[in-house]
Amino acid sequence: MGHPSSSGASSQLDHAEGTEGALLEGIREGDERVFAELMQEWSSVMLRLALVHVESRAVAEEVVQEAWLTVLRDIGRFERRSSLRTWVLGIVVNLARSRARVERRTVPLPADVAGAAVEPARFRPPDSRRWAGHWALGPVPWPLPEDALLASETRRVIVDAIAALPALQREVLVLRDLEGVGAAETCNVLGLSDTNQRVLLHRARTRVRNALEWYFDATEPT
Amino acid sequence: MSETHPPEMLCRELVEVVTDYLEHRLSPRDRARFEAHLAECEYCETYLEQMRQTIRALGRLPEESLSVDARDGLLTAFRDWTRR
Ligand SMILES: [Zn+2]
Repeated sequence: MGHPSSSGASSQLDHAEGTEGALLEGIREGDERVFAELMQEWSSVMLRLALVHVESRAVAEEVVQEAWLTVLRDIGRFERRSSLRTWVLGIVVNLARSRARVERRTVPLPADVAGAAVEPARFRPPDSRRWAGHWALGPVPWPLPEDALLASETRRVIVDAIAALPALQREVLVLRDLEGVGAAETCNVLGLSDTNQRVLLHRARTRVRNALEWYFDATEPT
Repeated sequence: MSETHPPEMLCRELVEVVTDYLEHRLSPRDRARFEAHLAECEYCETYLEQMRQTIRALGRLPEESLSVDARDGLLTAFRDWTRR
């Protein structure tokens, strides 16, 4: 699958109506090529979703394998009320979440949508004589060209910030920003309303941005 | 300010609606307030650009892929399944 801006040939399997039916038929008829391609194509998003809930890569792989086995078991009953990918990703999410419950790693999640995403202390208080609600500690440009954000040290900052997100925020961020899945499909996979999806995405993005800002110490008093 | 002028958007409000803005989910009125503020506020302009940089960086993180063992295991499972 991959991000829209970075995917080349890899987006071939993105489900336009026609291909979707063909993929489904391919699997049902036992076409190993179709299965192998889908397994490859969706492995990144499936693993990343699993890794939201399980720490070890080996366990994440188990979750993905279990998801595919579930797909094979149930594909005869799949009624296409959603796209094939949506259905498969929903299975991964459910398996990963229940695995996490068993391992007690994550508490079942409140949506975490209350309160401001950016610390109120960053702004001049409402009773300021001048410029209430404007930046008190303003952002300044980061000291690196954008391409350098993925150099190892800053990439580590980003990856750690993602790992520290509450699970639901991380699921949304994985789907929307890491994997380039659209808003509607993300809502369907995670069972979220459009509004909640957007709030969770906002909070997740904000935290990752803040982590970079903190790392660069890129603020100044206004 | 004339009566028809909507209230100015504050920095504090802008940072909370950045995603709504990028997702084209602001009302035309709030979109206008957002853009009017941006034109006046260098800090918020920087903030928005950093959100965009962050999003682009997230989209370029290296993908995960299944280990060869896991893939082989699944292909075997698939073959078994087709012979079911
Ligand atoms: Zn501002």
